[in-house]
Amino acid sequence: MVRVVNSDTVRASTWVMAAGTAIDAMAMTTADDAAAQEFARVVERHRPQIFRFLLSSTRDVDLAETLTQECFLKAHRNWGSFRGESSAMTWLMRIAINLQKDHWRNRRMQFWRTTRTNSVDLDEASEWLPSGESSVEQQLLARERVKQVWSAVKGLSERQRTVFLLRYVEEQELSEIAAATGLSEGTVKAHLSRAVARVRLELGGRR
Amino acid sequence: MNKFEDDAEFAQALKNFKSSVHAWSDAAYTRPRTVKREVRVRSWRLAAGWALGCVLVAGSVSGGLLERNHRAELARIAAQQRAAEQMRQLQLQEQAKITDEDLLAGVDSAVSRQVPSAMEPLAQMAEDEIK
Repeated sequence: MVRVVNSDTVRASTWVMAAGTAIDAMAMTTADDAAAQEFARVVERHRPQIFRFLLSSTRDVDLAETLTQECFLKAHRNWGSFRGESSAMTWLMRIAINLQKDHWRNRRMQFWRTTRTNSVDLDEASEWLPSGESSVEQQLLARERVKQVWSAVKGLSERQRTVFLLRYVEEQELSEIAAATGLSEGTVKAHLSRAVARVRLELGGRR
Repeated sequence: MNKFEDDAEFAQALKNFKSSVHAWSDAAYTRPRTVKREVRVRSWRLAAGWALGCVLVAGSVSGGLLERNHRAELARIAAQQRAAEQMRQLQLQEQAKITDEDLLAGVDSAVSRQVPSAMEPLAQMAEDEIK
């Protein structure tokens, strides 16, 4: 079958195709803009919490800032693949935990590159105590207790520390901790129990 | 809540710990950033470290090369001196040899004289008788 098409028809179909492509492009741009705005909101909402977790894990402000930036950079790259099966916070926390693990692993392997750590000591970490209405003696006692907790946290294994901080600093539920760490809830409970026992021992309480 | 949190003191310690971490984090999160300065300092230190390392390596290499050249030069001079000494010894030996031969020749020429043939006196007598 021979199909005869005049030039006007070709021009019109070309215009329609171009218009369609433009509309698709505009739709994609709108979708991209929406995704970017959504991601910006996620960053704004969760960045302080991710930073806080990394700071308490590393006790190093510069390192926590760097890892937080890496966390959101990685999240931005993979934002398209985030399907919302867990909350954005859990997803981001999982990225942060993995980045932290990678950092310590690389540091162990490349110990000769930089042997100096910027982690603050326990005294400095314990300085940060909001001044309530309590007396000076009570504040000193509270500071001493905080220092003891820091000391116990420092002695915990990596998993125990992560679970402890997520539970008692970030106040996450066991199911959220399990999702963020990739462990079962039973394992999370076991790690948490050991961590708490260690902290209690450091504080001089019963085991 | 687990059984440990029943303990009021322990719960208070954990609460203080949480408040402490939050306060520290809030202060660190809102502090003015000095990243550029730190990067500059680090890059300056890195550059200084590299420069020092390069100088040390260059010094070691050039020192080694100089030492090697110096030793080669000394060996060359020693070889030249040995060759010159050998040549001098040969010349002395040669000279000594020539002098001995000349001396012997001189002695020969000095002590030798014309010796008459063994039958000359008899021949002389025979000539005289014939005359």
